[in-house]
Amino acid sequence: MADATTGKNDELVLAGRNLSSRLVLGTGGVPSLDIMEAAIRASRTEVVTVALRRVEVSAPGSIVDVVRRTGVTILPNTAGCYTGREAVRTAHLARDAFGTDWVKLEVIADDRTLLPEPVELLGAAEVLCGEDFAVLAYTNDDPVLSKRLEEVGCAAVMPLGAPIGTGLGIRNPHNIELIVEAAGVPVVLDAGIGTASDAALAMELGCDAVLLASAVTRAHDPVLMASAMRHAVEAGRLACLAGRIPKRRHAQASSPFEGKPDLR
Amino acid sequence: MRITLNGETEDVEAGVSIAEIVAGLVEDVSATAVALNGEVVPRSTWALAHPAEGDDVEVVTAAPGG
Repeated sequence: MADATTGKNDELVLAGRNLSSRLVLGTGGVPSLDIMEAAIRASRTEVVTVALRRVEVSAPGSIVDVVRRTGVTILPNTAGCYTGREAVRTAHLARDAFGTDWVKLEVIADDRTLLPEPVELLGAAEVLCGEDFAVLAYTNDDPVLSKRLEEVGCAAVMPLGAPIGTGLGIRNPHNIELIVEAAGVPVVLDAGIGTASDAALAMELGCDAVLLASAVTRAHDPVLMASAMRHAVEAGRLACLAGRIPKRRHAQASSPFEGKPDLR
Repeated sequence: MRITLNGETEDVEAGVSIAEIVAGLVEDVSATAVALNGEVVPRSTWALAHPAEGDDVEVVTAAPGG
């Protein structure tokens, strides 16, 4: 994404790769592969995350075909893993399947909250970073854990805005700001986005990118929402770079009083 | 010989290779990976890897998710 006015290049460098889109799209919950493909194109994303599952013998088409046709970078994830060991093994399989060192590391604690299990997550991150994976770690909105993940070598930290699939937006913007302030690696707001304004807020808070799935795939019109998210992320990024005005308790006139005619 | 293949018990010929098992499941093996008892079997060794009686074989690929 380039600044429309100045033409300034504003690329995101994620795990050594230059990206012009700051939107990463998940593929979970999509009604069909055709809709997913159209949504990917409408979003202008360059990175798409996919899960690893058993092959289906008679599956018509595959998400791999969609990835190939759209030319996006594949980001395998460890969705559904409850232990670090399971996540590490899944990452090994993903590397062999797709020939990529990238992995979205996700280790969840339980299926009610789907919240990250911090101890297992950190352990798995350390193992995978030691094996030269580019680990993009899905984490709680916890500034301390985010820093620890960075310290063990993660290429990006991806704090949640709210639990996966809730669409509750960013429940703790202050924590997200703290994570951004302290981070030496890209911060990707991952999970909880419900609509375009949530994605814009993430960028306004200083996040480097947004990862979302359900907000698009489960929208009434996924392709239209993908386009909305593209614009929201761009708008939020530009607003962040532009620098918002401070919030004030009282009104401050924008028109000068000087030169005002006396008509009383 | 019995193995567990993607969660189902299967009768396979003794000495069958991982490469043969994968070829029997999918046409395009390019985005596929295999775990034997939980550990990845690198693609380059599929032809040389042979499951034993009772082994657990998982053959996976990308799926929408995450």
